[in-house]
Amino acid sequence: MATYQLNINGKSHSVDVSEDTPLLWVLRDHLDLVGTKFGCGIAQCGACTVHLDGSAIRSCSTTLAQVEGKSITTIEGLSEDGYHPLQEAWKEVDVPQCGYCQAGQIMTAAAFLENNPAPSKEDIKNAMHGNICRCASYNRIFKAVEMAAEKMG
Amino acid sequence: MTLIKTKIGRRAFIRTTTLASGGLVLGFNWLASCKNKTEEEILAMPKEWFEMNSYLKIGDNGVVSIYTPNPEFGQNIRTSMPMIVAEELDIDWKNVVVEQAPYHAEKYGMQFTGGSRGIMTRWEPLRMAGASARHMLVAAAAEAWQVPAEEITTENGVLYHKTSEKSAAYGEMASAAAKITIPEDVQLKEVRDFKIIGKSHKNVDAKRIVTGEPMFGLDYQKEGMLIAMIEHPPAFGMTLKSVDNSAAKAMPGIKDVVAIKSFKDGYEKGGFDTNAFPEIVAIVGNSTWEVLQAKKKLKVEWKPIAAYSETIAGFRGKETKNIPAGLESSASHKAKMEELSSRPGKIVREDGDPAKAFKNAAKVIERTYSAPFLAHNCMEPMNAFAHVEGDKAQIAAPIQIPSLIVPTIASGLGIPAENIAMEMPRMGGGFGRKAYAHYVVEAALISQKVNAPVKLVYTREDDMTNGIYRPAYQATYRAALDQNNNLTALHVKAGGIPESPLFANRFPAGALDNYLAEEWSIDSNITIGAFRAPRSNFMAGAEQSFLDEVAEASGKDPIQFRLDLLKRAKENPVGEQNDYDAERYAGVLELLREKSDWNQTPANVHRGVSAYFCHNSYAAHVLDIRMEEGKPVVEKVVCAIDCGIVVNPDAATNMAEGAITDGIGNAFFGELTFKDGVPQKTNFHQYQMIRMSDAPKEIEVHFVANEIAPTGMGEPPFPPIFGAVANALYKATGQRHYRQPFVTEKQIVG
Repeated sequence: MATYQLNINGKSHSVDVSEDTPLLWVLRDHLDLVGTKFGCGIAQCGACTVHLDGSAIRSCSTTLAQVEGKSITTIEGLSEDGYHPLQEAWKEVDVPQCGYCQAGQIMTAAAFLENNPAPSKEDIKNAMHGNICRCASYNRIFKAVEMAAEKMG
Repeated sequence: MTLIKTKIGRRAFIRTTTLASGGLVLGFNWLASCKNKTEEEILAMPKEWFEMNSYLKIGDNGVVSIYTPNPEFGQNIRTSMPMIVAEELDIDWKNVVVEQAPYHAEKYGMQFTGGSRGIMTRWEPLRMAGASARHMLVAAAAEAWQVPAEEITTENGVLYHKTSEKSAAYGEMASAAAKITIPEDVQLKEVRDFKIIGKSHKNVDAKRIVTGEPMFGLDYQKEGMLIAMIEHPPAFGMTLKSVDNSAAKAMPGIKDVVAIKSFKDGYEKGGFDTNAFPEIVAIVGNSTWEVLQAKKKLKVEWKPIAAYSETIAGFRGKETKNIPAGLESSASHKAKMEELSSRPGKIVREDGDPAKAFKNAAKVIERTYSAPFLAHNCMEPMNAFAHVEGDKAQIAAPIQIPSLIVPTIASGLGIPAENIAMEMPRMGGGFGRKAYAHYVVEAALISQKVNAPVKLVYTREDDMTNGIYRPAYQATYRAALDQNNNLTALHVKAGGIPESPLFANRFPAGALDNYLAEEWSIDSNITIGAFRAPRSNFMAGAEQSFLDEVAEASGKDPIQFRLDLLKRAKENPVGEQNDYDAERYAGVLELLREKSDWNQTPANVHRGVSAYFCHNSYAAHVLDIRMEEGKPVVEKVVCAIDCGIVVNPDAATNMAEGAITDGIGNAFFGELTFKDGVPQKTNFHQYQMIRMSDAPKEIEVHFVANEIAPTGMGEPPFPPIFGAVANALYKATGQRHYRQPFVTEKQIVG
């Protein structure tokens, strides 16, 4: 067991867990931040995507040693009030079916648009390739990312 | 107006209390206690609620809370079911809040999410719920104003009496209305008067989803809750022999390691009690990661099962199933399927004289189609919360058919069924898998054994390798053509492991003078179950590919070829047991032909068409493919659907888009194979799922406009896409595609 100081959504948290505990399970089990989802546990589906210093990472395969001292953002902290342009676009396009993967999709898209505010269609497809939506709402996810890019740009 | 007797589904109108006071609970009570409410939600809080019936209550401020009876797994009934109530109640949609009804068989009947039955079976009860509450409000106003009820009108949640210029909001009249006797019969609106139904309304849960609020089963938390995981046999055909729990139990954070048995001896299984591994080991501890680590240290010995027979009491009555011993492999499955395919099957339907027609044929076309086992791979792995205390159990689980697992839980725990309370959180996908809720039984048994509230969580590997899979299927079609290349007979022989996929009375049965349908099946110990449009999801692809080939051999346009057969089925049907309505079937093809601009194939694409009837609805697709470096790229899919009245068009469109892309993914890549009983894929690094780059660039969905009461929607657009993919691939490559998955070159990505 070891104690880690984590900076999540602008707040400092102290957790006492074993060294190999992935960030995902610390968020879900220890900090009640369950918006970040468990999908595969091996960084293949994107459901657990969070931001580390603004970059999208797979929290299921990230240890606390890798994130200590850095700024972590989860879906709960993406915007103060749920009005990030991507969240707005997601509602406008009415993207979700079951909804389970959508937080991960939004987090991937948010980090991507920060670095590429005027993406091409191919750029969006490449950026979103790592996130599985089993309901296959891909056309709407694509539309919502495009819409948010326009609003943000 | 249509007069409907409320005695249909009368139980739904039982009022337990008139006054349902207490705070508004949005979603689950555990959620309300752990989250701050938004400003809108606080504003919406009435001081008092008045319950009109089991489906709705009206607040003194006019806010209406509507219970959605069926569990939600992405088909958006949490929006569309309340829309139906709101329509007949005649209220402003912005004053509606939606709550998920808990499991309550007496109030809600079978709360069944599956089989595309939700809207279809709830259509009348939900309309009655709204209409009868409106009737009670009108009656209350009539009494208060001393005017005839017939003179009172309603609009957007306000009651009016024109001549006396009186008016009152529903909230003002709710208290009096709740005391009115529920009417014996109610007036329903005419379809043309609908204001809410038929207009797109956004998902009521969208904000909660995009902000990551807890709402799924896996998000459930309770004070003192422990986490459980399971260890199940590594192969189908094996079961528990012994467990050495010492190393696992010594791991940090571990509370207990227990063996559980899902069925008591002598328990008669129901149709949804399918369970590959009824004897497993559970590891219970403080946190998911600690339990995962202990799971790795667990030492379990497994042993082969002996062959057995069991009686299942399902929807179709009692059936005996034979479960063989042994470790099965896909290679031997294939050989057995070929063997059974070449032998005579069990004749299910025979019209005319097919033997003679084939004997006299100028040409016979014979083709064999196959498809592998598929895993559901819901993004939310199986999980369930259970808290068993004495003879009572509290359950919260993502589950499609709660009522069918309650007897199993009750039997397993040895407690009365009425002592089981169940909440149904939003499911992170279902696709049929969460109809088989053995994981809920497991959670309950674990909770009872460790005497604590427990959340059972499957890993992705547990989920994929402890499946209730889509069976493997094979079908051989034969067509007899005369000298003028007219189709004179059709013969289908279909089977699977362990069930036949055949629907003998579906199109083109009824359109042909000579028709023969046979089936076969092969027993297996690999567990199978419903997977989005079960059996149809294979038969549609096989049948529609074959008809495409026959149309080509006949020198006919593939849409016209189908329409000609449907014309025959409508005007002079063969046999009396044809399941489909030939006119509605032809209707979707005609709409599709128009909307896809069928006669004008765009440059550089290759088109395939396919249509199918299932779950009481009709769907047809035109799919445009372009080949890029030897790989198919789907440019566009145009879809036409006849599912009767479309309650929430944009949500239905979303579901159709999903079905189309899901189908393309499974047609291209979907496959699970077995070797010595072991599933050969365990996670998404091996199991290829469709991703954004393989999705169609564009999807257009069109609905046939009619006033038919709603029929199925979640499943019907799924089966025909397999045929559209196969037929477009043929046009693009010159090769017919008979065996799924069609895209064999693996493109695994992470």
